[in-house]
Amino acid sequence: MKTLKELNEIRAKTLDSVNLRKQRIGTRVVVGMATCGIAAGARPVLMAFVDEVARRALRDVMVTQTGCIGVCRLEPLVEVYRPGEDKVTYVNVKPEQVARIVSEHIVNGNPVDEWTIGAADKE
Amino acid sequence: MELFRSHVLVCGGTGCTSSGSAQIIEQFEKHIAERGLEREIKVVRTGCFGLCEAGPVVIVYPEGAFYSRVKPEDVNEIVEEHLLKGRIVQRLIYKGDGAAPERERSLDKIGFYKKQKRIALRNCGVIDPENIDEYIAMDGYQALAKVLGGMKPMDVVNTVLESGLRGRGGAGFPTGLKWKFAMGGATPKYIVCNADEGDPGAFMDRSVLEGDPHAVLEAMAIAGYAVGASQGYIYVRAEYPIAVKRLGIAIGQAREYGLLGKNIFGSEFDFDIELRLGAGAFVCGEETALFSSIEGERGEPRPKPPFPAVKGVFGGPTIINNVETLANIPQIIVRGPEWFSAIGTEKSKGTKVFALGGKVNNTGLVEVPMGTTLREIVYEIGGGIPGGKAFKAAQTGGPSGGCIPAEHLDTPIDYDSLAAIGSMMGSGGLIVLDEDDCMVDIARFFLEFTVDESCGKCPPCRIGTRRMLEILERIVSGKGEPGDIDKLIKLGSTIKRTAMCGLGQSAPNPVLSTIRYFRDEYEAHINEKRCPAGHCKALMRYIIDPDKCKRCGICARACPVGAISGDKTRPYTIDPAVCVKCGLCIEKCRFGAIYTK
Repeated sequence: MKTLKELNEIRAKTLDSVNLRKQRIGTRVVVGMATCGIAAGARPVLMAFVDEVARRALRDVMVTQTGCIGVCRLEPLVEVYRPGEDKVTYVNVKPEQVARIVSEHIVNGNPVDEWTIGAADKE
Repeated sequence: MELFRSHVLVCGGTGCTSSGSAQIIEQFEKHIAERGLEREIKVVRTGCFGLCEAGPVVIVYPEGAFYSRVKPEDVNEIVEEHLLKGRIVQRLIYKGDGAAPERERSLDKIGFYKKQKRIALRNCGVIDPENIDEYIAMDGYQALAKVLGGMKPMDVVNTVLESGLRGRGGAGFPTGLKWKFAMGGATPKYIVCNADEGDPGAFMDRSVLEGDPHAVLEAMAIAGYAVGASQGYIYVRAEYPIAVKRLGIAIGQAREYGLLGKNIFGSEFDFDIELRLGAGAFVCGEETALFSSIEGERGEPRPKPPFPAVKGVFGGPTIINNVETLANIPQIIVRGPEWFSAIGTEKSKGTKVFALGGKVNNTGLVEVPMGTTLREIVYEIGGGIPGGKAFKAAQTGGPSGGCIPAEHLDTPIDYDSLAAIGSMMGSGGLIVLDEDDCMVDIARFFLEFTVDESCGKCPPCRIGTRRMLEILERIVSGKGEPGDIDKLIKLGSTIKRTAMCGLGQSAPNPVLSTIRYFRDEYEAHINEKRCPAGHCKALMRYIIDPDKCKRCGICARACPVGAISGDKTRPYTIDPAVCVKCGLCIEKCRFGAIYTK
């Protein structure tokens, strides 16, 4: 270790990992991971969120999981909680949809309406 | 870099390790691998979370779910339900402090943590102590970089002075002043970390070393730069195998990264640290005895002056600081002395770690701002006394300290207020005593410890404390004589004045402070041959209540020494001169007619 720069590189590299262990108040992404969700393919969706959040280095976004949300026919279900806003529920989520949800909704605050439970109900 | 969606933190401190946390880690790794989740979930062995009473403790992030008393056979359920399906296992969630059950019980909501402020313990239970990268991620070694990147030694010393940090080993000497005294003078100089934590029931330093060893290494290097020393020693007890192992790993990693060794951060500054293991003598926690022990001599104290800052280990000027003191240093440098001095009371800045033990629900490790009252620690953080019993006193400072009675429950805890009521801050052992504890016997217990641990070099300590112990033993066995209390006070104050080192000078404290606040208990033992707490066996009397006695004679037949007499015409009685207080009669009596007094 010869410079502060080297120290900061190690710090940045490990920070994301350790950051998970802090309590925080940012956006929560909750993936339904009961039997129904897992059978419908929730695991790749969950991992896609984890990867996307990591790729964009979104420090205050927490990706977590929950049990059966109740509408098993629409699994995989993903709920996004942004502080101070109503939660938004996405249905039939596929891994390839994740990047758009993250960029439009989580980063920019505009839910992707056509993939939400409201849109699915109208069909 | 690998990124995990969930972290499972398992406490690897001594408390949880002894209740089986190593098997829990094994089980987690096994079950996670069985389900192919290794790439998603990381298992981390951390230092102490503090709530040792509820151990082994497991915390799962990002939810922050706090599982307590986890058994190896519970792990499969946590993996299956929580890690795979995302359902928190409510059955295992910590509910100890009686608050309304919430769906997700996380750390910060628990009463035990709410009132705490963690500076020295900030990384304990958060990072993997065997991984230097995680320490660096939590701003580790930034303070050393800041110091070497442009602070003059005098600036460093002034920062520590301005912060108001005082020694956490017990005496409370201003740390900055200690450093300042060592600035000039002869070379070579040394930095010594006193990790010879010996008070019965105290484990603050052990937890810091086990949970955040790099904080101590970083602080020692900073001290080395401030006074111009290039060699440090950590004197740690061999009875702390986990701490010794993690310190060894930490020193190796720091050397590998060039954070110890030559030309640290490309500067002219060299610093290295060696471990020295103590063999378990209490007196070696006294600084001059500790130096002798490091040098390979018999662990006996030397007269002061010369003070360590002038002539310490190997005859060189030496800074000797306690583990917890050092653990505060890096953050004082990074966050500034104003930040630190804003916490605490006027003359005692920052926080203090206490090892909470005895008659209290949440035994464990707590860190509170100076000035927190004893009531807050015992009732709000400690969760009160088991069985709803009454608080009698708190013993602080172990064998060198004294007790704080119930009338002082609202005293803000800092160095000066504790000294004013005849106790002392001490290194941080805090033992809660309830109505069933006999104060005379507590004093006897601590004195027995110091008599055992006296090195024997000076007569006041070697002979004086033994005479005091003999008097106390006489009192608790019912042979106390009038005048014993005055003898204890006279002996005690003489020993305090004349003993050579801190061990002897503080050894009478537990006796003197219990006499000060609980003289009536001493008098009851001596004059009435009675132990008010019903604790001292020799003074206990077994009595048969004549109204409840049905004259069945079972007790008399059960008594192994024939102390009970009576027949159908008169109630049975126990002859106290013959009774050996075995308790068999109470066990046998079907009518609950026998009681002790």
